[in-house]
Amino acid sequence: MNVTDIINPSNLVYDKTSVMNDTPMHYCPGCSHGVVHKLIAEIIEEMDIQDKTIGIAPVGCAVFAYKYLDIDWQQAAHGRAPALATAIKRLLPDRYVFTYQGDGDLAAIGTAETIHACNRGENIAIIFINNGIYGMTGGQMAPTTLEGMKSSTSPHGREIPLNGYPLNITNLLAQMDGTCYVTRQAVHTVASVRKCKKAIQKAFENSMQNKGTSVVEIVSTCNSGWKMTPDESNKWMVENMFPEYPMGDLKNI
Amino acid sequence: MSNSQKQHKEEVRLMKGNEAIAHAAIRCGCDGYFGYPITPQSEILETLVELEPWKTTGMVVLQAESETASINMVYGAAGCGKKAMTSSSSPGVSLMQEGISYMVGAELPGVIVNVMRGGPGLGTIQPSQADYFQTVKGGGHGDYKMITLAPASVQEMADFTVLAFDLAFKYRNPTMVLADGIIGQMMEKVVLPPFQPRWTEEEIRKNTPWATLGKQKNSKPNVITSLELRSEEMEKINLRLQSRYREMEKNEVRYEEIMCEDAEYIIVAFGTTARVSQKAVELARAEGIKAGLLRPITLFPYPSEILMSYTSRIKGILTVEMSAGQMVEDVKLSVCGKVPVEFYGRMGGIVPSPNEVLDALKEKLIK
Repeated sequence: MNVTDIINPSNLVYDKTSVMNDTPMHYCPGCSHGVVHKLIAEIIEEMDIQDKTIGIAPVGCAVFAYKYLDIDWQQAAHGRAPALATAIKRLLPDRYVFTYQGDGDLAAIGTAETIHACNRGENIAIIFINNGIYGMTGGQMAPTTLEGMKSSTSPHGREIPLNGYPLNITNLLAQMDGTCYVTRQAVHTVASVRKCKKAIQKAFENSMQNKGTSVVEIVSTCNSGWKMTPDESNKWMVENMFPEYPMGDLKNI
Repeated sequence: MSNSQKQHKEEVRLMKGNEAIAHAAIRCGCDGYFGYPITPQSEILETLVELEPWKTTGMVVLQAESETASINMVYGAAGCGKKAMTSSSSPGVSLMQEGISYMVGAELPGVIVNVMRGGPGLGTIQPSQADYFQTVKGGGHGDYKMITLAPASVQEMADFTVLAFDLAFKYRNPTMVLADGIIGQMMEKVVLPPFQPRWTEEEIRKNTPWATLGKQKNSKPNVITSLELRSEEMEKINLRLQSRYREMEKNEVRYEEIMCEDAEYIIVAFGTTARVSQKAVELARAEGIKAGLLRPITLFPYPSEILMSYTSRIKGILTVEMSAGQMVEDVKLSVCGKVPVEFYGRMGGIVPSPNEVLDALKEKLIK
């Protein structure tokens, strides 16, 4: 057997989804964004909805999400993705409209847009990356930063009297009548990646069933911002983030 | 055809300026209105929901959670090639500045109506023209301009809503309709514009090939963004935008001249103060003073050339505004010091009377 035999298409066991292009990603090695991007791309290909999907990119590390997935995108002002998605879905009800947002975008500056889109029950999917830190701007404190967790704007660790409590916005969204599916996932193991993919697919499917808003929180790592190796980050996430942001469905109607 | 029959055919109606905007929006094929209540313009949203255009033309009308959300909904809709608009009054329009800057940066068409009230801060619900600087000098961040239409009647509230959409799509840039509380609240006769159907999806694909309607097979994805981190590329984008503003200056200057042919004194005013100043011109003429009125209709691009053309034959200009004096700076820039330029204004929601304007003309220029 020579090299040409090995790369014969009939021997192919895995192929990158065609919805994801070959643009080199700007994400740090070990970052969760790349995995979540790939899951969304695979779902779009498998559901055959590349021509019917409009994504909304946030401000934050995923601001360039539009470079990597070959679908139509709009890039929103910081925190405003759910407002854009609201208008797009209402004007184009037969399209799949999703937002992709980080914790600063969704749970700090965009809190009003997030809550009101969910309260109106907009038929959109919200993909929420929660890594407890502002990655793009260099590791500042996020609304979801844990108590005692260090960041460049909480160098001695988050102090509750000074900074308030970690904001568990997903719990809040699960209580709203406008949401139909609210779940918390992660992508740190093979099993969790598979579960997360199913959750995102469900959120996409819901958006065509007139059931309301779907929210998929993905508790994620930011090894650069956390100043840990990717492996250490995964362990730290399981030990520290998961107790505050427990895995599983909060709501599934 | 008798006059009354003709009027019937043209659908002459009596309504508020704010109501005329709502009717005109539906009729010109607007796809979506997104707004938040604020006095003195809430009748725009109220009229739209009363008329329920989603049952007739399919137009979407949504009360948003804030002006911030409203303008970003307009951004999202415009990114899909849809004709979208919002309206507000001064404090709310301040909140929209970020979104307007983003729309310019992402080269998105859209219509914003500002029915101005007195500021600063929460100020008053009475009329004002003190958002001139914010509108024509760029209230948001970055180098940008917007075509700004200043209606002075209920008829123009209707007409400029239609025109604003045409200009927004012509230049892929938001357009502002800058009215004030009087024009929004007063009732006048209006001939509503004819019905135009909303664009079909085919028409949108043809008219706005950049729109995000879903990626078509064998074509690249469409991306709406204002982000470009490479300085050289970002400067190129800025240069393209600037050349667009120069095109607007060349093609879109609009104004009205009233009794200017033989005038020795010109009053420059827009919107409500133009209506007041027109009466002041009539009073001046009755006293033998040769006065005229130049009413800028576009505040950007500004009618500078026509002002400059007066300077060889007039004795002075009085600018009248419901502000501390904002447009007067553009009048001064237009005439390059060739004739005296004086200012008369009231603030806090006070509308000057024609006699006040006439007195100001006499005191400041004629003496």
